[in-house]
Amino acid sequence: MIDLPTLELDERFRAAAAAAGLLDVAYDVFDDTSMGPLLVGVTDRGICRISFDPEPERELERLARVHGPRVLRSSKPVERLHRELDEYLEGRRRDFDLDVDLRGQPDFQLRVLSELARVGYGETTTYGALAARAGNPRAARAVGTVMNRNPVPIVLPCHRVVGANGSLTGYGGGLHRKELLLRLEGAIS
Amino acid sequence: MAVVVPPFETFYETHKTEVFRFLVGRVGREGAEDAFQETFLRALKAYPRLEHGEHLRAWALTIANRIALDLYRRRRPVGEMPELVTEDGRPAYEELATLTHDLPPKERAAVVLRYGYDLGYDEIGAALGSTESAARQAASAGVRRIRSQSGARPQTFAPGGPPAPARGLAPANPEEQRQ
Repeated sequence: MIDLPTLELDERFRAAAAAAGLLDVAYDVFDDTSMGPLLVGVTDRGICRISFDPEPERELERLARVHGPRVLRSSKPVERLHRELDEYLEGRRRDFDLDVDLRGQPDFQLRVLSELARVGYGETTTYGALAARAGNPRAARAVGTVMNRNPVPIVLPCHRVVGANGSLTGYGGGLHRKELLLRLEGAIS
Repeated sequence: MAVVVPPFETFYETHKTEVFRFLVGRVGREGAEDAFQETFLRALKAYPRLEHGEHLRAWALTIANRIALDLYRRRRPVGEMPELVTEDGRPAYEELATLTHDLPPKERAAVVLRYGYDLGYDEIGAALGSTESAARQAASAGVRRIRSQSGARPQTFAPGGPPAPARGLAPANPEEQRQ
């Protein structure tokens, strides 16, 4: 008999690690969303990562760098986020009830992302307008960069930020996803 | 925050199978399940305090070894021997477990990691939080103690790896014979 830790034992450890509060980040990959596979991470303070890149290697290194090395896949802590994302993507939810953990973000990024959080479901705004609301009307391009590096897309709705002429401009997760999200929210037809 | 160790997920995935097999050899399949979880929970607790990412394998096995020892102390084995693990010419850990049963914990860890797992003394030293020479001394003291306790060289204890003695617990290289 080959001695391998069973799947059940593996899952039990992962759940116990989270239950004991020993994780800096619990993450999981949701394979079955309409946006494709999503890697999500949560800390004890809230959602710290949503990534369209299903390749965990890079993400885990990044999460460890920002939040601490105890990064472990564990499904229980991300259960609620999974449910809320499903509901949102099925058009049954407009706002997320979960907190966002933006530790490690520089000041400007933090200001821009907090303003972004106020852009409501089905609305759109422009990079310039968001820059102005963050206190620096000339920083439209910098805002574009912040959007591109948004650690929690979808929940912090960078898809609702478009060019001054109404073009979709760009999206960290690919333009087709931005279009899907805006269409889902009825912002474009 | 400077990253000195890999994300825990990577550490866990890299070592979980070996740790589990090690534990099955030490405490049997049933005990291994609890010991496995306990080992990685303990590793998780200590993980942020690690100062570098070297010797992680030795570190994981040492924690597993301690957990196995605790388990042994709690329920002194009655009658049944733990399951035998022999694959790829690897040593029968239960034999090591029996032989080293009464050694002081540090000597026991050093002997098991050296002769059961082919770890270098530098790795064992790092894992035990001491030095290479202290690990070497602990292992050789352990071996001497086993010999004196058993009265004769245990002919059955012949670990399989390269640094292992050809027969019994005779040290494999001249460096060790100087001890």
